[in-house]
Amino acid sequence: MSEEYRSMWTDLGLDLEAHDALLGVLGKAYQDIYLSQKDRPEGMGYFDFVMSEVHGLRIKELLDEKETGRKIIGSYCVFVPEEIVLAANATLVGLCSGADFAMEEVERLLPRNTCALIKSSFGFKLGKVCPYLESADMIVGENTCDGKKKAYESLNSLVENLYVMDLPQVKSDRGSSLLKAEYDRFRKAVEELTGVPITAESLKQAIRTVNAKRSAVHRLSSLRKADPAPISGLDALLVNQVFFYDNPARFTESVNKICDELENRIAEKKGVFPEKTPRILVSGCPQAVPNWKLPFIVETSGAVIVGEESCVGERGTRNLTDESGETVEEMINAIVDRYFQVDCAIFTPNPERLDHIQEMVAAYKSEGVIHYGLQFCQPYLMESMTVERALEEKHIPCLRVETDYSMEDAGQLKTRVEAFIEQLR
Amino acid sequence: MRFAGIDIGSRTIELVVVDEAGEIVCCLQADTGFDPMEEARKLTNGTDYDRIMATGYGRNLFEISFDAPTVTEIKAHARGARAYFPDARTVLDIGGQDSKAIRLFENGKVKKFEMNDRCAAGTGKFLEIMAKSLGFEIEDFGREALTAGKDLNISSMCTVFAESEVTSLIAKGESRQEIARGLHASVIRRAAGMINRVSSDGDIVFTGGVAKNPCMCTLLKEKLGRRIQVPDNPQFNGALGAALLVKE
Repeated sequence: MSEEYRSMWTDLGLDLEAHDALLGVLGKAYQDIYLSQKDRPEGMGYFDFVMSEVHGLRIKELLDEKETGRKIIGSYCVFVPEEIVLAANATLVGLCSGADFAMEEVERLLPRNTCALIKSSFGFKLGKVCPYLESADMIVGENTCDGKKKAYESLNSLVENLYVMDLPQVKSDRGSSLLKAEYDRFRKAVEELTGVPITAESLKQAIRTVNAKRSAVHRLSSLRKADPAPISGLDALLVNQVFFYDNPARFTESVNKICDELENRIAEKKGVFPEKTPRILVSGCPQAVPNWKLPFIVETSGAVIVGEESCVGERGTRNLTDESGETVEEMINAIVDRYFQVDCAIFTPNPERLDHIQEMVAAYKSEGVIHYGLQFCQPYLMESMTVERALEEKHIPCLRVETDYSMEDAGQLKTRVEAFIEQLR
Repeated sequence: MRFAGIDIGSRTIELVVVDEAGEIVCCLQADTGFDPMEEARKLTNGTDYDRIMATGYGRNLFEISFDAPTVTEIKAHARGARAYFPDARTVLDIGGQDSKAIRLFENGKVKKFEMNDRCAAGTGKFLEIMAKSLGFEIEDFGREALTAGKDLNISSMCTVFAESEVTSLIAKGESRQEIARGLHASVIRRAAGMINRVSSDGDIVFTGGVAKNPCMCTLLKEKLGRRIQVPDNPQFNGALGAALLVKE
């Protein structure tokens, strides 16, 4: 690691010793989980590079952007509209929430029975190890689940620039009006932060940029329908994770490049696993970097993951924003329409999610569904029961797992997953 | 040809050998100890077989050390239960460190299963620790519990908390047998919950070392109102299943 990064991290206020430890663990995990995979697409080289520089070069790029007057906005949720951020000359980044860190300090502020994702977001702040968080000019918290809502009240005392966005919980006209009002308020807040008013032109360009990014991911997803699978679930998850960090245009280009390669693989019937390998859809809670626990277990137990019904996956990227609007107002409305369709488990009722899971099972020819629930994540754990019932009615095998970021249950989890895969054969 | 199945559990290791007709020719058991592979080697060394398959939590270690195929405990227990009860559709296995309820299709394939969570609650280990704190031998624990006229309610499923609950009941002068029965009932409540999530009617095949405990069988029958079937030597069921699977 170059000295330049070390002084950059020091300037950001990171705890260098703790940060070194984090990068050490991350590098080892990446080596063991990712680089040990066989027959990976060459295009994954780009994502390997991104991951190796995730706290280095990418942070330097963001700081360089800041030098030119651009602002950085950090988010924990797919409801924060990237289009609005980009149109006001800011960059949106996902904030770290995928690994346990500084847990003792976290548990002084949050109850033990808080989900791993929320605890992690606090851990990265308290442990001073997330350069994204420390580079951000604005941190957006959003009122999704009760855990996050209440946690933001505490986070507010740890950071100076928290902006809380309210979100509807019912898919009604009133719900959509609330989302519209909140996106208008967010737009003003972002404009105020950057000093750059959003114009019809800048917003249109932003919508196109984000749509291009989503379209590339849609293309990648659709190539995963092939048997043998041309890309592992681990690698596809990584692409979906990098979606939240990378420069949008470069990300789009890199994903499309991988897709070109995968098309050739499919034509040659070349895959990462043999034909007829059991195909699994993972559905449920988001899996943020570096949470690769479940896919690693699944793909080293004889199955391949062919889709993620998740915020870091299809729930987050489904649907493009309509590009036909001419005025800012029309385009904001189109953005509201697009995001209001996200079938997050905080909505009640949430039947669209059940439909989408079944559509994905059919589209990706998956033989079974693993419902991934983070311990103490009430919305998704509650829905896991209805998901299981709905799938059983259609004779689609479903395994509900409930876990966290620790490795203490890896053995039990592996037994369950292996038994589930035996069930599919 | 002879086929062996080895079940490397947290408490004990079982080895079963079957012949080409699937008849059991040999059953061996040893404590897992702190070096399971050494124990496994001792068991297999003196035994004559052509092919072997491993199951249980130590299966992956065995796979590496002995270059043998593996199967999960779920599939192994399902197969083993079918050897004794060809129509079995529901299997409850309670072993040393985990417990599971399995629903089978008519053809014997696993349809659905539930397993206990991370800790020892509701497993053989729980009963073992409780027997010790009440001063019973584990072999007598169930029989003693059955002599009680009623069960004292034990509210805690956590092994550590239940142990202190037991201590305070003893201090209050409550009958050891009634406390024992209460402890059995608390394990049964948990097992019944798992069974109900996978199947709502029909006979239940009860396997694993805990199935030898008569109080467990009685209370399970009372709780669910369903017939409980226990194979001979239920602790060998997983190893038997693995032996039959490698034969097939």
